[in-house]
Amino acid sequence: MCTVCGCGEDQEHGHSHEHPHEHAHDHTHDHSHGHGHHDYSLGEAGVHVAGMDQARLVSIEKDILSKNNQYATANRRWFNERGILTLNLVSSPGAGKTTLLTETIKALDSDSPVSVIEGDQQTSVDADRIRATGVKAIQINTGKGCHLDGHMVGHALDELKPATGSTLFIENVGNLVCPAAFDLGEASKVVILSVTEGADKPLKYPDMFHAADLMILNKIDLLPYVDFDLEACCDYARRINPGIKILQLSATTGEGMSNWLNWIKLNQTLAQTGITDQGTVS
Amino acid sequence: MHELSLCEGIIETVEEQAVIKQYSRVKAVRLEIGRLSCVEAEAMAFAFDAVAKGTMVEGARLEIDEVPGKGWCATCSSEVEISQRFDGCPLCEHYPIEIRQGDEMRIKHVEVE
Repeated sequence: MCTVCGCGEDQEHGHSHEHPHEHAHDHTHDHSHGHGHHDYSLGEAGVHVAGMDQARLVSIEKDILSKNNQYATANRRWFNERGILTLNLVSSPGAGKTTLLTETIKALDSDSPVSVIEGDQQTSVDADRIRATGVKAIQINTGKGCHLDGHMVGHALDELKPATGSTLFIENVGNLVCPAAFDLGEASKVVILSVTEGADKPLKYPDMFHAADLMILNKIDLLPYVDFDLEACCDYARRINPGIKILQLSATTGEGMSNWLNWIKLNQTLAQTGITDQGTVS
Repeated sequence: MHELSLCEGIIETVEEQAVIKQYSRVKAVRLEIGRLSCVEAEAMAFAFDAVAKGTMVEGARLEIDEVPGKGWCATCSSEVEISQRFDGCPLCEHYPIEIRQGDEMRIKHVEVE
């Protein structure tokens, strides 16, 4: 995946924990390149299977997502050092992510800079809508891909260069399945569900609702016209994820938006804790 | 089809380990996939063959060990088997079940030449 910058060097001791290394998105390239960490103490394999020549089996013992998680960890560290609040917005297509985002940007104080990474399979329509609000936005077209990954976001940061103490919204590809597994380095995933969809979506797509910290029920101005069981939906979401917070709002009418803005401001404060204008002193 | 990206990740990891553990050709890759994870074994096998083309993993067997889902029910203090993330406790029917096993997605080992 990382054929562009060749930054995927990984040092393993033959067991499974992660070694977050600097994936230098600002191109400082201060990571060491894989010497001194080779461990052959387990013999050539470290796996014993009866009737099989041991030398032919090589133990790997790594999470399948470990490559993505390395990129995500590097992104997260980069955000943490700069007090940047990063939110990964996920939903089905058509739940109203982009409208919520444009209304949120308009409502947030101008003294807290905002930038946006837009993920879609094709077109730059969404990034154009975001730029029309006056903030910086980068469009990532995933082509046939169904989600953003940690590496794509790392490279988008090179170009976007979000300011210290700012807020970065990542609008993921409209898909309630794949983006659940791919950590981007965000502080929180926010899952948006509109009341024009089925109330049982938390049960149908449990991985996403399990991964999210906040569920936004959008388009509540349409509740009188649709058959949406609000209570059941919240109950389903909590079955999957007892700790999930739930907010109801309408990005179009503005109803309930203040709760969402307060949630963002609280998390901005958390992200900026201990950060100076120059970032953390290390 | 996130299985495609997952397979790319697997092959990247296997290729990286080839340098460290000195092998040049992979005949089989063994995975451990939990029943509660977001992976469909069939889709994985399909994607694996496609992504492996032109790499040291081309033509390798993909072996998948399925790990059953297990969770802890705080209501009746029991460890229970579950087949889906939203299952209630099979003993007392309460929610939620704290998942203890079954969401893993790991590369266990490779058979090499």
